[in-house]
Amino acid sequence: MKTDTIAAIATGLSEAGIGIIRVSGRDAVETADRICRSKKGEKFLLTVKSHTIHYGYIVGCDCCGADWKDHIIDEVMISVMKGPYSYTAEDTVEINCHGGILVVKKAMEEVLRAGARLAEPGEFTKRAFLNGRIDLTKAEAVMDVIHSQSEMALSSSIHQLKGDLAEKIKDLRAKLLYEVAFIESALDDPEHISLEGYREKLSEKLCTVKDEIYRLIQSSDQGKLMKEGINTVIVGKPNVGKSSLLNLLVGEDRAIVTEIAGTTRDIIQESITLHGIGLNIIDTAGIRSAEDKVEQIGVEKAIHFVEKADLILFLIDASVPLDENDRRICSLIQPEKTVILLNKTDLKSVVDEKDVLEMAGGDHFRILKISTLEKTGIDAFEETIENMFFQGKLSSDHQVVITNLRHKEALQEAYEDLKLVEKSISDEMPEDFYSIDLMGAYAALGKITGEEVGEDLVNEIFSKFCMGK
Amino acid sequence: MLEDSRNIVDVCVVGAGHAGCEAALACARLGLETVIFTVSIDSIALMPCNPNIGGTSKGHLVRELDALGGEMGKNIDKTFIQSKMLNLSKGPAVHSLRAQADKAEYSRAMRKVLENQEHLTIKQAEVCELLWEEIPSDQNERPDDSGSGKKKIVGIKTFTGMIYECRAVVLCTGTYLRARCLCGESITYTGPNGLQAANHLTDSLKKLGIEMRRFKTGTPARMDKRSIDFSKMEEQFGDERIVPFSFSTDPESIQKEQASCWLTYTNERTHEIIRSNLDRSPIYAGIIEGTGPRYCPSIEDKVVKFAEKEKHQVFLEPEGLHTNEMYVGGMSSSLPEDVQVAMYRTVPGLEHCKIVRNAYAIEYDCIDARQLKPSLEFRRIEGLFSGGQFNGSSGYEEAAGQGFVAGVNAAMFLLHRDPLIMDRSESYIGVLIDDLITKDNREPYRMMTSRAEYRLLLRQDNADLRLRKKGYEIGLVTEEQYQALLRKEKQIKEETERLKNTKVGANREIQSFLEEMGSTPLKTAASLAELICRPELDYEKIAVIDQNRKTLPRDVIEQVEIEIKYEGYISRQLKQVEQFKKMEKKKIPESLDYDEVPSLRLEARQKLKLFRPVSVGQASRISGVTPADVSVLLVFLEHYKSMGK
Repeated sequence: MKTDTIAAIATGLSEAGIGIIRVSGRDAVETADRICRSKKGEKFLLTVKSHTIHYGYIVGCDCCGADWKDHIIDEVMISVMKGPYSYTAEDTVEINCHGGILVVKKAMEEVLRAGARLAEPGEFTKRAFLNGRIDLTKAEAVMDVIHSQSEMALSSSIHQLKGDLAEKIKDLRAKLLYEVAFIESALDDPEHISLEGYREKLSEKLCTVKDEIYRLIQSSDQGKLMKEGINTVIVGKPNVGKSSLLNLLVGEDRAIVTEIAGTTRDIIQESITLHGIGLNIIDTAGIRSAEDKVEQIGVEKAIHFVEKADLILFLIDASVPLDENDRRICSLIQPEKTVILLNKTDLKSVVDEKDVLEMAGGDHFRILKISTLEKTGIDAFEETIENMFFQGKLSSDHQVVITNLRHKEALQEAYEDLKLVEKSISDEMPEDFYSIDLMGAYAALGKITGEEVGEDLVNEIFSKFCMGK
Repeated sequence: MLEDSRNIVDVCVVGAGHAGCEAALACARLGLETVIFTVSIDSIALMPCNPNIGGTSKGHLVRELDALGGEMGKNIDKTFIQSKMLNLSKGPAVHSLRAQADKAEYSRAMRKVLENQEHLTIKQAEVCELLWEEIPSDQNERPDDSGSGKKKIVGIKTFTGMIYECRAVVLCTGTYLRARCLCGESITYTGPNGLQAANHLTDSLKKLGIEMRRFKTGTPARMDKRSIDFSKMEEQFGDERIVPFSFSTDPESIQKEQASCWLTYTNERTHEIIRSNLDRSPIYAGIIEGTGPRYCPSIEDKVVKFAEKEKHQVFLEPEGLHTNEMYVGGMSSSLPEDVQVAMYRTVPGLEHCKIVRNAYAIEYDCIDARQLKPSLEFRRIEGLFSGGQFNGSSGYEEAAGQGFVAGVNAAMFLLHRDPLIMDRSESYIGVLIDDLITKDNREPYRMMTSRAEYRLLLRQDNADLRLRKKGYEIGLVTEEQYQALLRKEKQIKEETERLKNTKVGANREIQSFLEEMGSTPLKTAASLAELICRPELDYEKIAVIDQNRKTLPRDVIEQVEIEIKYEGYISRQLKQVEQFKKMEKKKIPESLDYDEVPSLRLEARQKLKLFRPVSVGQASRISGVTPADVSVLLVFLEHYKSMGK
């Protein structure tokens, strides 16, 4: 199929160290050639071999002649991959720019001026799919790999890429189909196939299938956390060690994954990984403004973040008595998603767990002692978080985990259908009625693996792909 | 040929079995000059196998056919000798009507209808050749996949050399094409019942580029009633209240005395005789090349397939009121006569049986129906339609349904009107045709309830509500019949609404009624419809607490009750249909070049090129096309649309 040439920033716009522009389509090489120059300022891309990488410059599109140096946008590495041996199975050029939003954006503008069209969301993967490079579930897993922000999410997506989820779903579908086939053949050949006592048997079998589906649905909460990270907020009165904690978590051997300016200007969100779990930490230390109404604004925003957070880290200075500020914060937070950290345990402690629990007035909080100065108590802290969100199941990551909302919806649909079958059984409806909802569940599960192709499913999936891939 | 003996007509129907009769009647009733050909006038609407019409899912076909304006339902209402609604212990979707026919009467009554039909001529002759012309290639948008151009029908030629010029032909040759009958080692080259086979037409069809197949079916022996000991069998009665097949038949007019059928069983001795003589069965000895129907197996097949079963059912059914012959249902066979006699005589009640006609297997030519469009017209031959066993089906009802559609569409073609096409969510006939033209059927196709995905909507009781209007639009349902339908619809709607809107309070009268019926008392007021929904209650049972009830016809009450009782299931099935329709509505342009669609697997590409489905929905049902291919096709079609091709 002849296709026009599309381009996009494959790495997403960020302040990362490198930015890649991908160009794919019929005229990918020609298009890139218009804006690429060698060290000596010559065009060269049309003559290079496929699957080679070259040093050069990106220049303005309308640059010609000797003053090319004035038009240099960036110093780059350019790789050329001719179809069908590329991601999209079309001619593809990838331009590795220096990172930074501005440079990559400028380079991208030149690619578009040179004749490429801005790719629609997911268009590269759509082409890969159309050209037979990948199938539907794999295409979706690719999307999850791109979006995953932690190692765990990545490993889960890779499991899906390998087809673990598809296997699981196929297995469940086969079980349902067997039952439908049995009912149907009994209807068609009542002389030889009897439905006597079948209701009870079916009830039992449905129970196991339902349980498995339920487990998968439950896992989607984990899946979401894996993929997007745990939204974490650190609260505590001033000077309690919030920043120190943040620095401790972020610093040294702990990798910064990304650093994005939040929706609110003065909020800094840090993403870190802790034992493979992604934490998106909002530091409420940043809530301060220079104005006088500090406290009021701070509290309002803190309330807002506390409500939305998956995890609240409440820091208390153990070296000074609890005061009104601590109590106020304590009344704002929900115990089930909170870890109270008694900090500064390197100093003489005047507050212990008993005092905190007394303040909490009966609510059950997780309480840990740490010292951000001496870096103690961190291991216990990490373990607590792991237990809170993944029930300690992190090590056995071979379990299939749902990370995709579409999959979750399909599973829920199947679950509801099976509940209807159970109702039909308990209402003592004739067996031929069971097929309707059994088939409903079967079809719903089929949507996950693409075996049941819904009308706009394909387009819907591709429109969700991120730009670039 | 003498100029004065030229025959110019509109439609030629080849064959006067159940398909041919419906096809010819439909064409003639729509005002087209029609000739129906048969090798024997005495075999019009012959029932060469079982003496009944209907049965599980087949009953649905007959009622649908009747709603559309076909003849089969009316004819069996005139000639039945026992009637039974099957599967009453199951849900309404699988209730199915079956009537025992007086075979001779059935045949005679249908012949009378044909003979009295305006615009219809009956001709006893063997059709040997189809006459056709190439359509000039500039009128061809797309070259044929086999390389040759598209053709059109211009007439037929009989064995005696007469030519009938026509613009449409409907082939309903049943089991007659190059037929041969096998009874053990003995082979006769005849059609069913010793009737003359049609040995010439196949060659003409092959020359036209039609791909032929060879199928096999069989029938059990007929026995002399006087030689059967019925005291060893269970008597099978008809229903006390008879439901007619036809929506135009007044139920009161057909309540009559009925004949009985009888049930007995095979046993280990029967099976032993069969097993030890399997080598003398032409099928197991490899003499038969045709494929037999898995769902209508011979007794040999049953004994082999269900080796663990100790017995199989055997039904003795009268062939008519004026004959002693009894049909031995469940024991069709192609074993030699001596084995047959020994085998039948092991069955309780048949110890001294005398066989009037032997059981036999029959082999015949038919087509791979994937060469047909949903209208049952050949894709590459304009004006050529086909229906019935010729298309690879089995059964009278399947044949009649297709014959009707093929006939109607031959007429629609000549009248330049839109073809009658029903999808899988509209009728069993739609399911039947879709399966035949889409799937790779390797054996005679038999209708079954499990083949209909949306069977709760496709009930036999609502066939008129589903299809009467279509029949009316075609012109085969009278104004009077249509008005009756509209009245019925109105009554159903009004009564359903009344029941939904009539509330009963939790007063003492109601509570004691509920208690009496073993139903839980009300906490708050409830509608009558809600009460009907309860498993232990129904429309009839709540009559005492429903004083304002009008007297309504039974069929109206039946619909009201089903719609209320199964509302949840019906609405869920409707949702499934909605999904299904979306894919059916995604039409594939006729000019689509599948070679341009990237990443279709080779097998899918070949199948799609060959069978050219009309919609993505149909494409998805073609054997060899996987869901992955379908998604590729979907994305490509989106792309194709956006390219504005």
